[in-house]
Amino acid sequence: MEAKELNLISEKNRLRLIGIIYKSGAGHTGGDLSCLNLLTVLYHHVMNINKDNLKDPDRDRFILSKGHCVESFFVTLESKGILPTEVLDTYGQFNSPLAGHPTNNVPGIEVNTGALGHGLSIGVGMAIAAKRSGRSYRTFVVMGDGEQEEGSIYEASMAGSHYHLDNLVAVIDRNMLQISGNTEDVIGIDDVRSRWEAFGWQVLEMNGDNVADIMRVIDSIDYYSGKPHLVISHTTKGKGISFMEGVAKWHHGVPTAEQYEQAVREISSRIKTLEEA
Amino acid sequence: MMNDCRKSFVNTLIELAKKDKDIFAVTTDARGSVTLVDFVNELPDQFVECGIAEQDAVGISAGLTNGGKKVFCCGPACFYVARSLEQVKVDMAYSNIPVKIFGVSGGVAYGALGATHHSLHDIAVLRAFPGMSIFLPSDGRLTSRLTRILVDNPHPAYVRVGRGAVNDVYEDDSFEFSIGKANTVHEGDDLTIVGTGETVWHALQAAIELEKKGIRVRVLDFSCIKPFDAEAIHKAARETGKIITVEEHSRFGGLGALVTEELSESPVPVRILGIPEENAVHGTSAEIYDYYGLNAAGIVNSAIDFLKK
Repeated sequence: MEAKELNLISEKNRLRLIGIIYKSGAGHTGGDLSCLNLLTVLYHHVMNINKDNLKDPDRDRFILSKGHCVESFFVTLESKGILPTEVLDTYGQFNSPLAGHPTNNVPGIEVNTGALGHGLSIGVGMAIAAKRSGRSYRTFVVMGDGEQEEGSIYEASMAGSHYHLDNLVAVIDRNMLQISGNTEDVIGIDDVRSRWEAFGWQVLEMNGDNVADIMRVIDSIDYYSGKPHLVISHTTKGKGISFMEGVAKWHHGVPTAEQYEQAVREISSRIKTLEEA
Repeated sequence: MMNDCRKSFVNTLIELAKKDKDIFAVTTDARGSVTLVDFVNELPDQFVECGIAEQDAVGISAGLTNGGKKVFCCGPACFYVARSLEQVKVDMAYSNIPVKIFGVSGGVAYGALGATHHSLHDIAVLRAFPGMSIFLPSDGRLTSRLTRILVDNPHPAYVRVGRGAVNDVYEDDSFEFSIGKANTVHEGDDLTIVGTGETVWHALQAAIELEKKGIRVRVLDFSCIKPFDAEAIHKAARETGKIITVEEHSRFGGLGALVTEELSESPVPVRILGIPEENAVHGTSAEIYDYYGLNAAGIVNSAIDFLKK
């Protein structure tokens, strides 16, 4: 798929995302918006996953380790036809099958996440299983940058390089903000790159706000390199809604009616431009 | 006769894994403690070493299971139910991913190494996780049988065994065992003694001793703690009137608590034998059993005293 088409899908997903957050009155809006382009590219361009192969042993695996950004996951699954619209419409309602974090009762979700620092270990296990079974699937794990403070991640990073898991791709959504503020003020995690290189991973960097750059970097991954892959995705928290961009309070902020209308205007304008181009 | 539950498990697992390449053993620098070395040597492609990293081991086990493997995640019980408890809760129980934790040297088996190495809280915490099965097999034969059952069981489970050889409760393989059912290993209607894990053998010895004094004791083997066999407890309450529970676990939140909670609407007197509200004394496992009255002699004394009241 071309970057232009993916951009359009991503903007439509962004519109749906802000709609379900506004309607339900809950969501991790800022981090949803920073990883949405990545999820769009993974699901619509990179991964071998669709509504008909969810039980196929060779399907690519995806784990949203930063599980609080589940709204971006839901709208992406809906855009692939995996999550039915009538199910997503129940988000935020009492007794909805959809929780505020990923759960594997939902089609297309492999494992429950939401407690930070779990996803990469599970991804390591999936990748080892593929290697030992001679299966071709790849495993993608998306982590937050604040999540890098969880020590269990480094246990998983050791295992990833020890077992030469070149079929494993971990992405850090480096939007520089966590709930209390800038990551470097809360507890510094830089230099991310040298840290992961020291753990034996191949490190790549991309502009995660730019669909074409995400495609360029993910498409360049060598799945026979003998090393697991860590992608630092430089992003803007709140991407695509002007008043949310780079503002920590939108970590789990919900827009007012007026703010929602402004967000819809901004996104709709971009959708119109993309459709007319 | 005596058998080591760890070796019964490993020998059975090797036998099964030779026929089923999807059976995997995972460990945390504990291949010696678990007695997994033969598995590692014979089936290296079905073995994953995680190093000293229990959180990672449970997560990796969940991922392997997602990839089609049937995983036994093995190592000291104390660490899996403390360090990696959140992974057990989320990656196994909440996700309903059927990893089997095989925890060795459980309870006070590490003796004088102290409370860091004891797992006297495992029943209490794990029983509150929906969907999690809990087993403390009473001897080597039952451990082997349980291993065969769990391989293809579609639910997450925790198995705790001790360290070293234990006395046989079952002298041959003719016994019945199924998940969710307690076994009656001694008949009687004056009193019921309920045990789990190694305490079952001590309860059985106590029953034999008490029989010489004219006291007929029913002994129930609760190797399967969860799903809990409530029917066996209600039947024992109806038919014997009094119950003693014996566990290598805190007196709080374990087998005794399960029994008393079950009987709360139709209570009978229950005496709970276990480790009290303190860090266990330093000594060998046998010395600790003796000190807290969990061995046959202690159970006999408790039974005689309890029946007088």
